[in-house]
Amino acid sequence: MSRPLEGLLVLEFCQFLAGPSAGLKLADMGARVIKIERPLKGEAGRQLAIKNMFVEGDSLLFHTINRNKESYAADLKNQDDLNAVKELIAKADVITHNFRPGVMEKIGLDYASVKALNSRIIYATVTGYGNAGPWATKPGQDLLVQSLSGLAYLSGTADQGPVPFGLSVSDIMCGNHLTQGILAALIKRARTKQSVLVEVSLLESTLDMQFEVLTTYLNDGKKLPQRSYVKGAGHAYLSAPYGIYETADGYLALAMGDLNKIAAAIGCDISSLFTGGNSSFDRRDDILEAFSETFKEKHTKDWLEILVPLDIWCADVLDYKRAVEHPAFGQLGISQSVQVSDSLEIRTTRSPIRIDNRKLLSSKPAPKVGAHNSTLNQEFNIQNETT
Amino acid sequence: MRPLEGYLIIDFGQFLSGPSASLRLADLGARVIKIERPEGGDICRSLYTSNVVMNGDSSVFHAINRNKESFAADLKNPQDRDTIRTLLLKADIVMHNFRPGVMERLGFDYNSVKAIKPDVIYGEISGYGSEGEYKDRPGQDLLLQSLTGLTWLTGNADSGPVAMGLSIVDMLAGAHLAEGILACLYRKAVSGEGGLVQVSMLESAYDFQFETITTFMNDGGENPQRSLTNNANAYLGAPYGIYQTADGYLALAMGSIPVLGKLLGCDALASYADAAVAFEKRDEVKSILGQHLRTDSTQKWLSILEPADIWCADVLNWNQLFEHEGFKVLNMTQKVSMSDGYTYQTTRCPIRIDGELLTSGKGSPKLGQDNQTILTEFSL
Repeated sequence: MSRPLEGLLVLEFCQFLAGPSAGLKLADMGARVIKIERPLKGEAGRQLAIKNMFVEGDSLLFHTINRNKESYAADLKNQDDLNAVKELIAKADVITHNFRPGVMEKIGLDYASVKALNSRIIYATVTGYGNAGPWATKPGQDLLVQSLSGLAYLSGTADQGPVPFGLSVSDIMCGNHLTQGILAALIKRARTKQSVLVEVSLLESTLDMQFEVLTTYLNDGKKLPQRSYVKGAGHAYLSAPYGIYETADGYLALAMGDLNKIAAAIGCDISSLFTGGNSSFDRRDDILEAFSETFKEKHTKDWLEILVPLDIWCADVLDYKRAVEHPAFGQLGISQSVQVSDSLEIRTTRSPIRIDNRKLLSSKPAPKVGAHNSTLNQEFNIQNETT
Repeated sequence: MRPLEGYLIIDFGQFLSGPSASLRLADLGARVIKIERPEGGDICRSLYTSNVVMNGDSSVFHAINRNKESFAADLKNPQDRDTIRTLLLKADIVMHNFRPGVMERLGFDYNSVKAIKPDVIYGEISGYGSEGEYKDRPGQDLLLQSLTGLTWLTGNADSGPVAMGLSIVDMLAGAHLAEGILACLYRKAVSGEGGLVQVSMLESAYDFQFETITTFMNDGGENPQRSLTNNANAYLGAPYGIYQTADGYLALAMGSIPVLGKLLGCDALASYADAAVAFEKRDEVKSILGQHLRTDSTQKWLSILEPADIWCADVLNWNQLFEHEGFKVLNMTQKVSMSDGYTYQTTRCPIRIDGELLTSGKGSPKLGQDNQTILTEFSL
């Protein structure tokens, strides 16, 4: 069977992570995704590097986020280029952008104008904080959104102050929501034959991510999260023993479970602390401390040999070096190669979704700026001298 | 019209990963029927995940399962299985998050369902896939965070492994399942064919880390190094982080160090000119910056940095956030009602379609509350 989105054409005006990560998901599921980029420099993400790592002039990050896409270079301030882009829009199924509110209006590619060019377009936007209110013009950047959303008070320990998630989690969640919205819109369009507007924001996505704990907060007299004082505690709202414990030679993660059974298995007397009922919550820190002392006595491997056969939910705590050596990493086929040029390959991840028993692999690399202008001009019969 | 109006989903899922996907699909317009065991139902109803009980079930259950119906059935009872099989004939989507092998034993695996409903879209979430030696291990969020290297990204260099304080892998797996199901629904709308969608928490956890694990696979295999203080991303240089001020905290994203130093009146920062230095000497820079920012209030620093277009923000807790106009304008919360009249506050779907907020006033179901209606409606 074919990939589910085969035949769909997506124009991506987005930059950086949130929007382009959605483009990547759609591409791996079969859509054809064309990045619309300014000539020469291209999207800003090409120069945003971590560890200063570049591959053929573009950051490794850019290659990671933009593989399996094409690129059409166009200066949206140039009338010929803009006309060419409008011809592409007329043929497209989806366009995405993450400009700040007002930018696309100025260019003449706001939803109303685009709808006039293509009455069946899915028009999808990402903002930082929505289009209204005092934050509408604030930079939509991941750490800032984490900080404003309350998320930074959920990890780490009570004495640490705010601890942000160490990845661009707001961008990534928002990219997933954008993908969902676009796909739902395509289903709607299949019935109505009409265009659909999809809007997501980093802040709404980051609040949605906290939907469980926010619901607890909203119905519990607005008590703020109480992180544990014990190093390694895993979740502000979960009872003992949830957390990561230091062992004689490393660490062990222990999830929720029957406290009496676990205490007996590891030989830790908590009878004065855990007395049933709510005491796994009320005495959380005391129980975590007692367990912390016990877990230091043996190696991680020895604990696993005791706990795993009892079906107690636990795991070793791996760093990247050990994680990629873990049998599941290879057996599930987490990584794939992308062919950047005849002589250059990079290893990266693949789509996490399997369709019809198939992994959605793709060796197609991220494009150079404007790499597909002539092909696209020809294919869509676009007359454009400047590109 | 909501995009998924008219679609029927039968969800065998429990806890968070699967049910978070069906919640999203429900808000997008689908009708979701939860299949629950008659004794106790979804384990998430119990105290396991929260000590806040609302109308008999945990607060977490109410968050995840609003806008759904509940059908109680004992899948070990042949008669109940027959009823469910008949119900599946009407389903567009069937989903579950049991460990591999469970649905096969019950006769509700993809091949069995496809045999009676050829165009079904079938979605499943596992912990570690349905192949390989880890397939039978518990797919639990903290364990997946721990096995995929994720715990070495948050916190400072001396913090040891630090879990992200939410069930983030569950939620991502749920999001990915929803995406696969939606893509297949689109294909079905166009071509009529059904499909199988499979997601595992392990694959979702690595997809989450696609930037950093790709870096690891191409930098000679160096483990991430968090900064000594104020870490917010192990792979980014100073000033990226959250800093204490005289009366609170301040988040600082990317920016030139000398420019920051000048704006903040901190001469010691003038010499860290290029980006490579801001990375290599980030512990030094963060320490200087940290000491300086403690000398005045968050508002003072914001009033200097924001006009200069430096990417910065206050750090809010929920009480402060909920009072802020920037939050209020989003209308992010909604009130929902259960069938017995109990009402509660929760959040809404984060996606807007055609300018509309996808709110829903329907609360979570009581266990088995919809059995009679469903039996009658589908002549079961």
